[in-house]
Amino acid sequence: MIKKFLDKVRPNFEEGGKLKSFRSVFEGIETFLLVPNATSKIGVSIHDAIDSKRIMSFVVIALLPALFFGMYNIGYWNYQSAGVAAGFWEMFIYGFLVMLPKIVVSYVVGLGIEFIVAQWKHEEIQEGYLVTGLLIPMVVPVGCPLWMLAIAVAFSVILAKEIYGGTGMNIFNPALVARAFLFFAYPSKMSGDAVWVSKDPIFGLGNTLPDGFTMATPLSQSGSGVEVTTSFSDMVTGLMPGSIGETSVIAIAIGAVILLWTKIASWRTMLSVFVGGAVVGFLFNVSGLDSDIAQLPWYEHLVLGGFCFGAVFMATDPVTSARTKNGKYVYGFLIGALAITIRVLNPGYPEGMMLAILFMNMFAPLIDYCFVQRNISKRARRAKLQ
Amino acid sequence: MERLYKIRKGLDLNLKGEAELKLRPLEVAEEYAISPADFHGVVPRLVVKEGDHVLAGDPLFVDKATERVKFVSPVSGIVTQIERGERRKLLYIHVKADKAQSYKEFEKISLDKATAEEVLALLLDAGLFAFVRQRPYDVIATPTDMPKAIFVSAFSKMPLAADFSFVATGWEEYFKTGMKALTKLANVHLGICPEQINTPLLPVNGVEVSVFVGPNPSGNVGVQINHVNPVNKGEVVWTVGPNVVVMIGRLVAEGKTDLTRRIAVAGSRVNQPEYVETKIGTPLSVILKGQIDADAHLRIINGNPLVGQKASEKDYLGAFSKEVCVIPEGDDVHEVFGWIALRLNDYSTSRSYFSWLFGKSKQYDLDCRIKGGQRHMIMSGEYERVFPMDIYASYLVKAIITGDIDKQEELGIYEVAPEDFAVAEFIDSSKLELQRIVREGLDLLRKENA
Repeated sequence: MIKKFLDKVRPNFEEGGKLKSFRSVFEGIETFLLVPNATSKIGVSIHDAIDSKRIMSFVVIALLPALFFGMYNIGYWNYQSAGVAAGFWEMFIYGFLVMLPKIVVSYVVGLGIEFIVAQWKHEEIQEGYLVTGLLIPMVVPVGCPLWMLAIAVAFSVILAKEIYGGTGMNIFNPALVARAFLFFAYPSKMSGDAVWVSKDPIFGLGNTLPDGFTMATPLSQSGSGVEVTTSFSDMVTGLMPGSIGETSVIAIAIGAVILLWTKIASWRTMLSVFVGGAVVGFLFNVSGLDSDIAQLPWYEHLVLGGFCFGAVFMATDPVTSARTKNGKYVYGFLIGALAITIRVLNPGYPEGMMLAILFMNMFAPLIDYCFVQRNISKRARRAKLQ
Repeated sequence: MERLYKIRKGLDLNLKGEAELKLRPLEVAEEYAISPADFHGVVPRLVVKEGDHVLAGDPLFVDKATERVKFVSPVSGIVTQIERGERRKLLYIHVKADKAQSYKEFEKISLDKATAEEVLALLLDAGLFAFVRQRPYDVIATPTDMPKAIFVSAFSKMPLAADFSFVATGWEEYFKTGMKALTKLANVHLGICPEQINTPLLPVNGVEVSVFVGPNPSGNVGVQINHVNPVNKGEVVWTVGPNVVVMIGRLVAEGKTDLTRRIAVAGSRVNQPEYVETKIGTPLSVILKGQIDADAHLRIINGNPLVGQKASEKDYLGAFSKEVCVIPEGDDVHEVFGWIALRLNDYSTSRSYFSWLFGKSKQYDLDCRIKGGQRHMIMSGEYERVFPMDIYASYLVKAIITGDIDKQEELGIYEVAPEDFAVAEFIDSSKLELQRIVREGLDLLRKENA
C-alpha cells in the first residue's frame, strides 16, 4: 500500500517533475518507510541487514530514558520551586510540553539544513542528525530560549558537520559544538543559577515563578564553595537541577546498556572515561587541595553534571572518537581525567565534560596516528629484516 | 608436524542451499567460452581467428607483455565467435566443441629429474601458468619473477563454498603430483583446515603444511600468507588454487591440459544443490539446467555470494569459479520500516537484530539487497573485527579512497587482495564497495609502480 502511494507520487520528484527540488526529501521519506530494494552490482552479493539508519535509530532509543526523565525533572523542579504539590503525570506532561518545542526546533532547523545540503550535493540524506538533533536539546539548560537553540543548531550543523562533508567526516561532535557555541556566545543563558528551572506555565500546567528565581546545580554550589544540598541518592536518580538530559544516572545507564549490548558504543571508550574521571577525582581527594570541589568525593564527581551523559552518548560517538582499539582506552581516559581537572582547577567553568570531549575530539586523530604508526613501523622493520 | 594457527576474527555465514556431497557428471555442452577478463591484470593478444580449429590445450590468446603466458581452450573445436564489448574489449572467445574431444599432447616430464625451468616451461605452454596469481596486486603472475614462496590454501570458509576435500576425491594423487611440481619452482606452503589432517590429501612431501582454525576468511590464501610469511614491499609470492594444483598434477601425469573442474552448484534457489563435474568455460545455462525456476527474480553468481561475480544464464563458468550460486535477487521485496522492524529472517552481526538469538545453526536465505544507503565510514573498528590480518583495514581503505600511495604501502596494501575484504564488505554498515575500492587501488598502484 505504501509502495503504491510512493510509486504514484515518485514521478513528481524525479528530474523534470514539478517537485524535483524536494527529491532528497522524497528519498529520505521513502527509505524511512521502505527498505531500499536496490541490489548489489559489484562486490559481495549479500549484505548484513545493518545500516546507519538502524544504528542511529538505536541511539535515539537509548536516549529516550534520559529524555523522559529529563521531562519529568523539568516538571518536578517547577512544582517543587513553586511549592505546589502535583502528581507524576502532571509534572511529566508539563515537562513534555516544555521540551517538545525545543526538540521540534532542533529537528526542523537541523534536518532542514541537511535536506538542503543533500539536495544540493545530490546525495542521500544522512541520518546522523537524528541523534544530534535529539542530543542538542538535551544538553542545554531548560531556560535556553528557542531562538538561541535554532542559531546553535544551524551553527553546528553547517560549521561542525557539513563543511567537512557530512556525517562520518566531522572532527568535532556536532551536539557539543552547538552547546559550546551557546556556552561562549550566551553565557548568561547557559550557566549561572537562573536557567535551571522552567518558569512559565504551559496550557494551564505548571507554575509561574518570579524572574529573579534562582537555583544552583550541585556542581556550581561546590565550585563556588557553597555546601552541596543534593543527596547522593538524588544525584543518582537525577532529581537535581541540571541540563535537561544529563541528570539521571539511572536513565543514562539504561541507555548505556542498550548501546553496549548492540555494540554501537565502544565499551572501551565508555569504561575508560569513568576510570579516568575516578582516578583524577581520587587524586584530587587525596591531594589536600583546599577547595570544596577538590574535596568532592570522586564517586560524586562521576554522577554529577554531564559526566555520565558525556561518557555514554558523547565520548562514544564513533565518528569523532579515536578509531583504533587501543586508542579508545587512551582517548576515554584522557576525557575523564580532563573533565575533572577542568572542574576542579578552573573556577570559571563549573563543568568540564563538554570542553574535555571537544578537546579530545581534536586529539583523537593524533592518538590513532600513534597506534597506526606502530603497525607501520612494525611492517617497515619486518621488510628490513628480510 | 603441521603448525597450527588460530584465527579469531572473522565471520562464518550459514546460508541455505549448501551443496550436497554428491557428484553429478554434466553433459558436454555445445559451446564453451573463455573470458580474458577473468585473468585480471593481463592485456590479451589473440592468437586465433574465427573459424580456426583448436585442440584442447591450444592457446586462444596470450598476454601482450611477455607473450609467454598462454590461455588455452578447454575443448577441441572451432572458434566460432570472438565477442567484443565497448571499445573493442574482448569479452569471450567462443569455441564450438567437437563431437570427439582431442587434446594437445605435451611432453611428459619426470618430476624427480626435472629442473625449475622445465616445469615452468611446461606450465606456460600448457596454459596452466595462467591460473597462477601473485601478491602484490592479486593479478596473474609474471613468469620472470622469482617468487619468495608459493601458497596454496586447500579449503575455503566462504558461504556456500565448494568443499575441496570432497572435490579432490579420487584426484588426491594429481594433487600431490601438482604440489610436487610446484616445489620445483619455490618453497611451497599449504594451508589446510583441521578436518583435512587425516584425509588422503596428506602427506605431501617437501611442502610446509599449516593448519588454520577459525572462521571465514581463514581459508583465504592472503590471510594465511599474512600469518605464515607476510609479503614485504619488493617481494612477490605466488598463490595457486587447489583446483589448479590438481590440473597441474594431471598435466604432469598425463601430458594434457584438462580444464575439468568439480564445482558446487548451491544456493537457496537451486532445486538440487550438489556438485557437478564440468569444464571451465561451460555455459551456466547448461550447469543450471533444470535447477532453477525460469521466472523468479534470481541472482546467478559466478562464484560464491561473497566474492563471486553477478552473472546471467548467458555467461560461462569463470576461470577461477569454484561454485555457481543462485540466490534470490530481492528487488521485488518491499519491507516496511526496516530501521525499527524486528526482521527476524534477516541476518545481521549487529545485536540490534535478533539473529544472535537463533544460534549458529540457523540457515539464512539472504537476497542481494544492499539494505541501506551508502555513507561515509561512520562506525569505527567494524572492518578490523572480521579482518584477521595484522593490518588496519579501515585505515588502508581510507588511504586507497584518498589515493595516498605512500600510506597504502605503509599500511600493507601489498599483502591484500580484494577477496580479503569480502567479509568486511558484508558487515559494513556504511555499505561501501570495499572489494571494488581495493581492486581499483591495487590496479592504480600497479600502474604507478610499473
